[in-house]
Amino acid sequence: MPIFALKMLFGDSARFYGMLLGLAFSTLLISQQASIFVGLMSRTFGFVTDTPQPDLWIVDPAQRFLDDNKPLRSTAVQRVRSIEGIEWAVPLFKGLLVVNLPDGKRQMSQVVGIDDASLIAGPPFMLEGSLTDLRKPDAIIVDEKATRREFKMNNPPEGGEPRSLRVGDTLELNDRRAEVVGICKATQTFQSQPVIYTTYSRATEYAPMERRMVTMVLAGVAPGVDEVQLIKTIAERTGLSAFNGEDFADKTVGYWMRETGIPINFGTAIVLGFFVGVAVAGQMFYNFVLDNLKYFGAMKAMGASRKTLLGMVFLQALTIAILGFGLGIGMTSAFGLTVPGERLAFRMTWHIPLIAAASVTVICTASAALGMWRVLRLDPADVFKG
Amino acid sequence: MTLGNNQEIAVHASGVEKVYISGDTNVVALRGADLEVRCGEVVILAGPSGCGKTSFISIIAGLLARDGGKLEVMGEDPQALSTEARTAWRLRTVGFVFQQFNLIPTLSIAENAAIPLILQGMDRRSACVKAKELLDQVGLNGRDRSSPIQLSGGQQQRVAIARAMVNSPKIIVCDEPTSALDGATGLRVMELIAQVGRMPGRAVIVVSHDDRIYHLADRIIHMDDGRIDRIETTASLRNAHV
Repeated sequence: MPIFALKMLFGDSARFYGMLLGLAFSTLLISQQASIFVGLMSRTFGFVTDTPQPDLWIVDPAQRFLDDNKPLRSTAVQRVRSIEGIEWAVPLFKGLLVVNLPDGKRQMSQVVGIDDASLIAGPPFMLEGSLTDLRKPDAIIVDEKATRREFKMNNPPEGGEPRSLRVGDTLELNDRRAEVVGICKATQTFQSQPVIYTTYSRATEYAPMERRMVTMVLAGVAPGVDEVQLIKTIAERTGLSAFNGEDFADKTVGYWMRETGIPINFGTAIVLGFFVGVAVAGQMFYNFVLDNLKYFGAMKAMGASRKTLLGMVFLQALTIAILGFGLGIGMTSAFGLTVPGERLAFRMTWHIPLIAAASVTVICTASAALGMWRVLRLDPADVFKG
Repeated sequence: MTLGNNQEIAVHASGVEKVYISGDTNVVALRGADLEVRCGEVVILAGPSGCGKTSFISIIAGLLARDGGKLEVMGEDPQALSTEARTAWRLRTVGFVFQQFNLIPTLSIAENAAIPLILQGMDRRSACVKAKELLDQVGLNGRDRSSPIQLSGGQQQRVAIARAMVNSPKIIVCDEPTSALDGATGLRVMELIAQVGRMPGRAVIVVSHDDRIYHLADRIIHMDDGRIDRIETTASLRNAHV
């Protein structure tokens, strides 16, 4: 009977395509919105994932998330270094500074100042130049996306057509000369500002003078040291909060989740996607079973067992679920592949297809269960009642 | 069970009762109905709406439980069987022809006719070959790949008859098999049913209001108010016509 069950499903082409598209769009809405949400949230801690070297990120206790800068005294670095179990500790500057372009345009940019000596916390991928080029005078490394967009040279010094910023070009940071010595690839920030890397000392020269210039301290943990205990010791001895990378990313995402309307906005779209599936596909499948109830009734009268009939309905639900989910997740993947990542935050982690599959399973199981219940309750004698 | 003239008894019902309970109301559908049908016999259950014909045929076919009386169909009481055993008993013992045909429109007519064989465990290909033979017998040669919706009402009922016969059941029960058909077509369908019913070892019970087909049965069992009211034979019908 499995083939007959499938023929019943595919043969009712209008309803079949309706159910298929309903489930596909439901999957698309759920997985696409969830992927954009995850993509956006990933951008909030992109710098943490781009910077794998430190074991600990040490910040002011009042700092709520990565970009919520509460600068520390410069002595914080020495105080951290003095704690037993810390292998190394370096200062990091991270702040928004104005960049003046040759064409007179001004662009707010994220400037990252990394330790002059170790160059720890440099960009994750160098496309042109070398990280050690930062030791040259006035050197900066610019994110590749910014060279094409915000820092595009509309009036290049050599004349001619507008072009991307390139190694050798100069910019002004807070009216101080900065020369591009490298192009890197960095994760886009949540607010999409261009990212510029330079040394810590140079960054503090570019930035307006303040009493506290260390945005955070990055530290390495000596081998064999209990990280949890070390975090407690840092808090006791310095009054600062220390997090490993994962916890710092979680703290940042937690802030955005709690304090902004982003989760509700995306959550609403995801829930709507689920209800589209219920309303369209679930309802259509249930109606499909109802419309076929007389045939199931006839088969029940003829001697089809409950197991056979339930198996037919289950197979039909499973088939439409797999096809609808497959089409929907394919559409989501195509969307993610075709829309440029720098414009749209899209990150489909392995959890998202699972969540979408679970949603489709719930929709199909619920409608199939309702259908099966009707089939089970079906009195075979009803087939003689017209 | 056999009669003295060696004709096997297909159905033996005595004092069959059925009461439907709807809230506080009890509706008595059968008040002690008696019936005996022999193998090779074609009988028609006739009577006004609500007289208990459908309840009676449903009980005989093992679709409905009776509330009283005795019943043996081909020597077995379907009600004494478990639900699963009764389902299996129906599959091997009873063939069904429904008023609205109940052919699945997305299957070919051969596939529709093959359903009882497939339910019995035969593979689809062999079942369809067997079903095609039956379709040839009911006059649908070369139409086995057609969809039911491509056939006329009479042809669809022929498919339903082929489906009812395909696994060689001992009893075929037909519910108003001609009511959805025009007079001439209905007559041809009933002729086919009668021909099928007179095959050795088989009996046919037809529920029908259609008095134009009564002369094709061996007996007409008239029911009224849940009982057998009177029984006519084909001979008496013919005499009445004369």
